[in-house]
Amino acid sequence: MLKVLKSGFYTSVQDLGRFHLRNKGVPVSGVMDELSVFKANTLLENEITDGVLEITMTGPTLLFEEETYMVMSGAEMTATLNNQPIKNYKVYQIDVGDILSYGKLEEGFRSYLAVKGGFEPKRIYDSVSFYKPISFANRLMDGDIVPFHYNKIFKPKISEIKVDSFLGETVLEVYRAPEFDMLTDSQLTVLFSKDFTVAKENNRMAYQLNEKLDSHTVSMLTSATLPGTVQLTPAGKLIILMKDGQTTGGYPRILQLSDRAISILAQKREGATISFKLL
Amino acid sequence: MKTLAIHIKPFGVHAILIEWPNEVNEDILNTILQFEAFLKSNCLEGSDWEYVPAYNSLLLINKKLNIDFKSFSDKVNSWYHEMGTKVLKQRYLWKLPVSYEMEFGIDLEEISKSLKMEISDIISLHTKHIYTVYGIGFLPGFMYLGGLPKVLEVARKATPRLKVIKGAVGIAGKQTGVYPQESPGGWNIIGNCSVPIFDATKEEPCFVGVGDQIQFYSVSRAAYDLHKIEAEVGIYKLEKIEIDA
Repeated sequence: MLKVLKSGFYTSVQDLGRFHLRNKGVPVSGVMDELSVFKANTLLENEITDGVLEITMTGPTLLFEEETYMVMSGAEMTATLNNQPIKNYKVYQIDVGDILSYGKLEEGFRSYLAVKGGFEPKRIYDSVSFYKPISFANRLMDGDIVPFHYNKIFKPKISEIKVDSFLGETVLEVYRAPEFDMLTDSQLTVLFSKDFTVAKENNRMAYQLNEKLDSHTVSMLTSATLPGTVQLTPAGKLIILMKDGQTTGGYPRILQLSDRAISILAQKREGATISFKLL
Repeated sequence: MKTLAIHIKPFGVHAILIEWPNEVNEDILNTILQFEAFLKSNCLEGSDWEYVPAYNSLLLINKKLNIDFKSFSDKVNSWYHEMGTKVLKQRYLWKLPVSYEMEFGIDLEEISKSLKMEISDIISLHTKHIYTVYGIGFLPGFMYLGGLPKVLEVARKATPRLKVIKGAVGIAGKQTGVYPQESPGGWNIIGNCSVPIFDATKEEPCFVGVGDQIQFYSVSRAAYDLHKIEAEVGIYKLEKIEIDA
């Protein structure tokens, strides 16, 4: 078990998400940056669907009450294990009583903590991902306990990998989404030649962008959306839906981010620059 | 029956959107649900496919596949034309108990003034009509209901409330519905439904499906309180009637 001594800004348990309830309005949820989580779970020889902690902006302080192995990935945050500095993409053996604390966010926005066997809070509709009202809370609080199942015979085969970081990448590769054809020449020019910046309104549900396109009057009936769908509001605002985003919407869907682009965007914070590249 | 035209649109590499004519129409919805059932049972193999129907569209999603748009849309087109009219999905009319007491119907007086209609007439119109579920989204269990009588159309509130309570029954524009959870909202609140539309403690969290129908009925405060307690302990039973599609 893991005890949360201090929860940090926004720390939750996530896996790859909760499927087959979108037709009842339930968002998929799951980790925002799948690329970083794949690597951490792979190093621990976990299932790709095992639960990890998603740690946003300011990290928690955590006490291990059981032995295990752990890997950190995603955003670069300074961190110490029993006051010794540790780094991302390296396997650490954990003893009972070890304390992991996070310090400064250096690059990126979301850091991940994986343990051997995965975090296993209550599984609801085949997922451990936090999303209220499916789960009891949206995020961990001070004093919470998170169970995990460590198999004692595990010995890591690889202790460390060097990762080509994508944290500095700014180009989001996109596909056409259903209302792409409504875009005017002037909107297309702005969309694919200008830089955009992440607005203050950014969270697990959606990222808004500061710069606008020309306004429009296209109206449509409510229809399905996906994580990574870029919506264009009548006022010309761009809203990119993320993992906790609503499953249907009434704004035209102009672009769809690639899986990799969702991971890149998930590591951006307010003010970060991005641009779109059509595949 | 003449086959309605479809238009297939790309939506990234893991999904494909099928669109029908841009109208709110029961025949279109029925065709969409028929095609969904046909695809599930006859065309798309494996448990990884997800289906999201709403109004005039059906999204097919498979996160584990990279869909080639051209060849897949050709297949969808030919499946659509192979589909008979035999595949039917069982659908239900659900009767939902609502308390229209002033304690819950916090906008009833204002609407009564703006529509120049007695509160009792608003309630009887709202409960008389049968609404079709055209989509579920926005929040878990939030139903997009069509069929509100024209005389009950009233603009959404100029300033949305920061907090609308769970179960609140609202009307706005051509729509009516129930807030399945506490959330911000701009609809005019006329009552409260005592049974949860979405219940994450149940194996099937949301009894309603797209294509089902909803009819509200007015209950006394005592019946409302009883339903509330039944819901908390999980023993509420809703009245449902099978519909012939």
